[in-house]
Formats: sequence, C-alpha cells, structure tokens
Amino acid sequence: MSTNSANGEADRSLPSRLRSRFEGPNTIGESRGFWVGFAVAVAALAVYPAFGDGSQLSLFMVLALLGLSLSVVWGYSGVLSFGQVVFFGIGAYTFGVVSINFATPGGITAAVVAGIVGGGLSAAILGYFMFYGGVRDVYVTIITLVSTIVMHTFMAQTAGSEWAIGEAALGGFNGMPDIPLLTLGVEGVSYQFIYNPFPMRIIGIGAFEISPFYYLVLVLLVGTYLGLRALVNSDYGRVMVAVREDEDRTEMFGYNVTRVKFVVFTLGGALAGLSGVLYAARNVYIDPTVFSLLFATLPVIWVSIGGRKSLLGAVVATLAIEYLRISMAGELALVLLGTLLLVTILVLPSGFVPWLHEQAIETRLGPGEAGEADAPDAPSEVSD
Amino acid sequence: MVNGINLALQFLDSFAFIVLAAAGLAIIFGIMGVINLAHGEFILIGAYTATLAVTQLDLPLVVAMLVGGLITGLFGVLTERVIISGAWPNYVSQRTLGRDIIEPLYDRLADSMVATFGLSLILTQGARIRFGNSINQIATPFGAISYGSFSYSTYRIVLAGVSIGLLLATYYLFTRTDFGMRARATIQDKETAQAMGVNTDRMYMLTFGIGSALAGLTGALFAPVISMQPTLGDQFLVEAFVAVVVGGPSVVLGTALSGGVLGAILATFSNLYGTFIGRIALLVAALIALRFLPEGITGFLEQVRKRRQESE
Repeated sequence: MSTNSANGEADRSLPSRLRSRFEGPNTIGESRGFWVGFAVAVAALAVYPAFGDGSQLSLFMVLALLGLSLSVVWGYSGVLSFGQVVFFGIGAYTFGVVSINFATPGGITAAVVAGIVGGGLSAAILGYFMFYGGVRDVYVTIITLVSTIVMHTFMAQTAGSEWAIGEAALGGFNGMPDIPLLTLGVEGVSYQFIYNPFPMRIIGIGAFEISPFYYLVLVLLVGTYLGLRALVNSDYGRVMVAVREDEDRTEMFGYNVTRVKFVVFTLGGALAGLSGVLYAARNVYIDPTVFSLLFATLPVIWVSIGGRKSLLGAVVATLAIEYLRISMAGELALVLLGTLLLVTILVLPSGFVPWLHEQAIETRLGPGEAGEADAPDAPSEVSD
Repeated sequence: MVNGINLALQFLDSFAFIVLAAAGLAIIFGIMGVINLAHGEFILIGAYTATLAVTQLDLPLVVAMLVGGLITGLFGVLTERVIISGAWPNYVSQRTLGRDIIEPLYDRLADSMVATFGLSLILTQGARIRFGNSINQIATPFGAISYGSFSYSTYRIVLAGVSIGLLLATYYLFTRTDFGMRARATIQDKETAQAMGVNTDRMYMLTFGIGSALAGLTGALFAPVISMQPTLGDQFLVEAFVAVVVGGPSVVLGTALSGGVLGAILATFSNLYGTFIGRIALLVAALIALRFLPEGITGFLEQVRKRRQESE
C-alpha cells in the first residue's frame, strides 16, 4: 500500500492531494487502480438504466445507505446495532406523515429533512440512554434488538382511526399508502423525482426512459460513501476506530469514549433515516414490515458478509445480496441466505471484500510482501 | 376490573413465561459468552417435536414433552460441535487442508449473534418448507378452574409450578454437583480449569446441550397453548433477552429474580392496559434497570455483599 503522505508534500499534484482526504489505514483502496475502478463502477451504475431495471437497482442503492449506516456504527465504532431499521422506519414514517399533511413541494422537501432529523433524533435519544447510562457491548445490541421488536408490535397495532397524525393514518399492518411523490424545492421552483421519467434516445441502444430518482439516489450514495471515507480517515475516524479496538485504553488517552459513541450512533441514525425517507418515497408506501426481525437483521447480514470494517464492502454486499434475494424469490432464498451468512462468519470473519482485497494485493506484490500491509484481524488481545 | 386472584394468576403466568423463555438463553450466554439468536428456533424445535410426537406417534403428552427437550438438546450439541466450537469441521479440515478453518465463537459476542442468526434463518425457513405455515396443535390438558365468574386454565398454573421446579433443578445441577463445579470453573478461568484436569471442551458442549434442552422443553411445555407456526420462537425473544439483561451475571438466581420483578411488571401493566403496554413497560423497566444497575440485579447484589464485607 502506498503511503502518500510520507512522500514530499510539495510536488504532489491536485488529484493526489484530493485523494489523500479519502485515503488512510481505515479504508481499502488507495492505489490509482482502485480509483480508476471506482470511476468505472460509478459510470457503469450511471448508464445501467439504459440496459437493466433501474427502478429495482434504485431500491438496492437506497438499502445500501442503510448498510453504510450500520458499517459506520458497527464496523468503525464497534457498536453492533440491530436498531438501524428503527431509525430507518421512523425516518420513513416521519416523511410519510409530514408529506401527507403538507403535500406541497415545500412541504415534501421539509418532510425529507424531518425524516432525516427524526431518524437522527430517535437514535440520539436511545443512544443517550444507553451510552450515558453505562450500557456497554452486547447489552447495547440486545436493547436495540428489543426496541426493534417493540416498534414492530407498536406499529402493527395502529390500525384504528385514533392512530392518525393530522391527515395521515398510520394504518397498522396495512401501512401508510398515498405518500406524495417526492418533489424537492419550493413553490414555483421544484422538481418531481418519482414517476417523472424523461425519455432518452441513444443511437445503437434505442429509446428508453430514465428516472430522475435513480440519479438522485446514485448521487446520494456516492456522496455518502465518499463522505464517510473522509470521516473514517479523519482524526475523528481514528478515534472511532480506537474506541472499537479498546474502549478503556482510548479513555485512558483522554478521549470521551461515551460521546464518540453517542455522536456516531446519532449520525448512523440520521443516515438510516435518510435511507428510510428514500425507501418510503420510492415505494410511495410504508408498512411495519420494516421493523420486522428479518428486516432488522438484513443490515447485519449485508455488513458482515461484505466486511464490517469496509464501507465498500457494505455497499457491494447490499447490492449483491438484495439482487440475489429478489432473483431467487423461491422459498429456498432464506435458507441460502442463512447458509451464506453462517459460512461467511465462520470461515471469513472479516468479510468478502477485505478478503478479495487481500488476495488482490498478494497477487500484485507476490506472497510474503503483503503480510504486514493489512492483516485484518490480528489477535489484538493483550493479557491485562 | 382488577381482581386480586386474576392479578396473582397473571403474575404466575408471566413469571413462568419469562423464566422458561430465558432459562436456556441465560445458561448459554452466562456460561459460554455466546448469544444464541437461534434461541427462538430451539424453542420451535422443542414445540414441533412434542406436537408431532403426540399427533403422529400418539405418545403420551409428558413423554412427548421430554422427547422435545431431548431432541433439542441433541440438536444443541450438534450445533455446538459444528458451528460454535467448529470442532467437527476443523477435524475434517485438519485431515484435508492441514489447518483449522473455524475459530470457536466463544466470547465473540457479535460474531456468535450473526452466526446463530444465520442458523435461525435456516431453521425457520426449513420448518416452513417442511411443515407449511402451521401444524395441528395439541389440545390444552387439564381443563380450567373457575372461581366466581372467572375461569382460568389449570395448565397455566401447572406451568408456573414446572418453571419453579426447573429453576431449582438447574440451580442444583450447577451448584451442588461435580458437573456444575467443573462448569463453573470453566467459566471463571478456562486455563486454570484445564490445568486442573477439567475437559473444558466437553463442558462447553454439555452446557450448550443443557441450555438447548431447556429451550426445547420450554417450547414443548408451551406447545399446547401457542399457535404452531414457524415463527413461534419470536414471541419468546423479547422476554428472554430482557430477562437475561436484567438478571445479570449469576445465571439461575438472575433468571429467577428478573422473572419475579419483570413478571410482576408485565402482569400488572398487561392487566391494567393490555398486552402491548405490558411489553412496553417491560422494555422501559429493562432500560431503567440497565441505567441504574448496569451489571443486572445479581451484579448489584454482589456489589452490596462485597461492600458489607468490607465494612465489617
């Protein structure tokens, strides 16, 4: 792996200075080859609607944002949360409630913000109680798991007419239909992203329609990915990783471990909220299955198969697994998914993408040289 | 109307439910540091085995329930050997590849959760594929007792008795027998226990088996009163996890105490405001308990005991 910062600072060109923001020991992919590959992948995603089902892929990309939120919280800060779907669902429901009540472009834009804030705020409240209450490790996981189940029970029983917020009925198991179409902007200057395809014609491919929503999600996903890369490679990101590796030692170095976990958990909640907003906007519908135990564990599956300490892993695994899940809609899909999960965690505890990366480095450098580059899970336990 | 007897019976019911739901999970978690997210599915195995043993093989109910517990226990041993400790896959890979492929999941809490969740997906969906969305239920035995204008299922009172019996038996097993001493030595200090001649590997296997058998027995005991569907394990999870969290490090005592406290909360709130509020109250109680007793009830008791010893 190259360590750009060690080379002379003066003679570095603009691209490499720009790149160094996104590179560091906490993410994989630092070579020029990686960034070329990254650009090619983004370009491929950008032209994909011309060839395949862009509407489906846009859903997967929305879920990839949810996967990223867990990757930051769990993979980088060591807080395993089964509750990302709680914030996801709260974001989605908040978006639905606000946008149904204020179905104007300005109102819907505010609803998007409200959904993100709702996700972040609920994470902040839960996180405050847990982290400032001295709840640690696996107990955090159990509490988030239980809150998911409680949210599911709660939303499922909101069928009655007394469960309505303004114009928006929560609707119990039937969910909340008729969510207004996602439109951003204010009165007069606004753009509708859903069900507003613009026709395209490219010679050699023919006529097709592309959805602005797809590109909105693609931009958000790439932006979030790069933003999180910058975050985890910043000084704050190093503290996050230190918290993951050893809370007590980080505390001894004078960092406020509790606050780091609280901030990251809130950030993860807001990101999950954004993902929920887009999910509800894309489906024009939201129901309590987003709080179900299966949906709650899907993010954990994506992130652990992709590689929890890898943002790229979370995105790639989400897209791949969701594609697999949809395309083998038969009854064996869940069995296969379970087997995949079990085998991955047992044989490749650090996940697929870091493993592939290691293989790639080994073939490039030849065996032996790659050893110290990034040994993924070297036993970090020191007897204390 | 809140009726005194009603409330008392509901308390017994909640107590039994919580204790039985949590017992298997608490043992596996407390002793092995493994969070078994397939706990609900172990309960499922016990429930299905008992039900099928009655409906297909015409076994008497009590025998069928014991069979349910036994089969689940054996399945637990298998799970432990293949997944949790990886002993069998490693045995094969040692012969073929010359190295271990699986690192044991002991005390790797997050990994054990993910792995057992994979198992849980396979089991739930497997049960759905094999048995469909529901199977025929066995009738609730013993009928009902009535008092005044109310009546109450006798079986549910029997369950409360059984749960207390199971607690006592587990307590006896882990504190008064040679096996229990070895098991506790393994928890406290694995290396020293090994040096003293304890086969810790076998202790883990047996402990996991016992925990699984308890989960299976729970499923079998509740088989007549809950609907037989592949997701039946889920309804035990909230209570089980909350009880383990609130109970703290001492497995049996913790489960009993948290069963008592949480059972009282669950019964009171369910009686006054309905089942849903009861569950919410349970979660809030757990959050408050964790806020003030991060080590659970038994951790707190331990602290009090230490402080008193120091002051003497």
